[in-house]
Amino acid sequence: MPITTEFEYVKPRDMDEALHVFSLYREKARALAGGTDLVVHLKENLARPEVVVDIKALQELAGFTLKGGILRLGALVTFSDLIDSPVIKAKFPLLWEASLTVASTGVRNRATVAGNICSAVPSADSAPVLAVYDAEVLARSIRGERRVPIADWFTGPKKTALQPDEIVTAVEMRLPAKKHAGCYMKLSRYEGEDLAQGGIAVLAFSDNTYRVAACALGPKPARCPRTEALLAGNKLGEKLLARARETILQEVSPISDIRSSKEYRLHMTQVMLGRALEKAVARLFGKGPKYGTENIA
Amino acid sequence: MKTHRINFTLNGEKVALDVEPNDVLLDTLRGRLGIKSPKVGCDRGDCGTCTVLMNGRTVRSCLALAVEADGADLVTLEGANTRKWTQKLQKKFHEKNSFQCGFCAPGVILSATELLEKNPKPTTHDIKEAVAGNLCRCTGYEPIVEAIAETAKGN
Repeated sequence: MPITTEFEYVKPRDMDEALHVFSLYREKARALAGGTDLVVHLKENLARPEVVVDIKALQELAGFTLKGGILRLGALVTFSDLIDSPVIKAKFPLLWEASLTVASTGVRNRATVAGNICSAVPSADSAPVLAVYDAEVLARSIRGERRVPIADWFTGPKKTALQPDEIVTAVEMRLPAKKHAGCYMKLSRYEGEDLAQGGIAVLAFSDNTYRVAACALGPKPARCPRTEALLAGNKLGEKLLARARETILQEVSPISDIRSSKEYRLHMTQVMLGRALEKAVARLFGKGPKYGTENIA
Repeated sequence: MKTHRINFTLNGEKVALDVEPNDVLLDTLRGRLGIKSPKVGCDRGDCGTCTVLMNGRTVRSCLALAVEADGADLVTLEGANTRKWTQKLQKKFHEKNSFQCGFCAPGVILSATELLEKNPKPTTHDIKEAVAGNLCRCTGYEPIVEAIAETAKGN
């Protein structure tokens, strides 16, 4: 299918040049990294930019670093980059696990984490994981750089806190100091590539505290603070799990759409929460399934 | 729109081409360069029939702008002889009659090429993951997975 929208293409070599284009064109400029969402939007006329700014030549957006316990993912880091990294697998296994569930290899080779959260669809697989790691999004314009906590990033379906003259430069998260383990549970219609009908990420800590976040179960991916508060300080058991399954229903608001009904999503929210908590806690004690998609579905 | 002159390698040969900013790589390969192995399927990244190797990685050519190919090393199934595993895979798929209509074949074989280049001893799960983004409506995937496994084992 041809793209009918006409636009100019620029590929700036330095950051200042890129930021000036965004400052000048604002809503009429779109950043191009992997293009796996943008090109679809261009084909369907959902995006009608005057200029497409290819950010792939901006060296400071490339690669990731783990220094002083802080993981910095440059805006050009793809899901395949994360999957291929022994460091990510060892230190941020939950991020590694969720990356494996994003679309398929041919998409993951180009799709970036930054792009995933800029597209901000409610089903973004990276979002609940970034939420439980308390990630921060770094956004830069000619006015300067600011840090946006992931909790404030998503403002609605396909809407973010990014200003029209800004681009995302990186996503940062701290390696939790306490011993912890995680699990990302994704519900999809079949194994292999699909958007999430629902997703739940859990981080369980050795002091019996827990972080829980969901995607595709409300207008935006979000943490579940009431469920976390209920669980806090307690060892996981059948009674507590039963109460957690009831509590999380107050925190999700799924809709019915082409991928499943609201009722099914609500039911599966409870199932996924239970499984994700049990697997995360088992992993915490070295007994759970190894990270990856093989044991999750 | 300003036209861009791009230079890239296609199946081992240097190509220079003028493209518009809104030209899609898949359409450019098929319509202007006569490269017909990547197919137009869903045209939105889901089906994998448009798969090409860009700098050694499979990408959806329906989701890439032609101008992005500037400086890239592109391989399509027409360039099978430039990769170690690709022709072996072709022979095995042929021998086992692993395709019926063949529409998905170029994408499947390139996805399998990428897998074997990175991981020459894949498990069945690895193979299924590698071709999960290549939809086949004929075979039920069993003969495809078997052909990739047998190619890896060299028998």
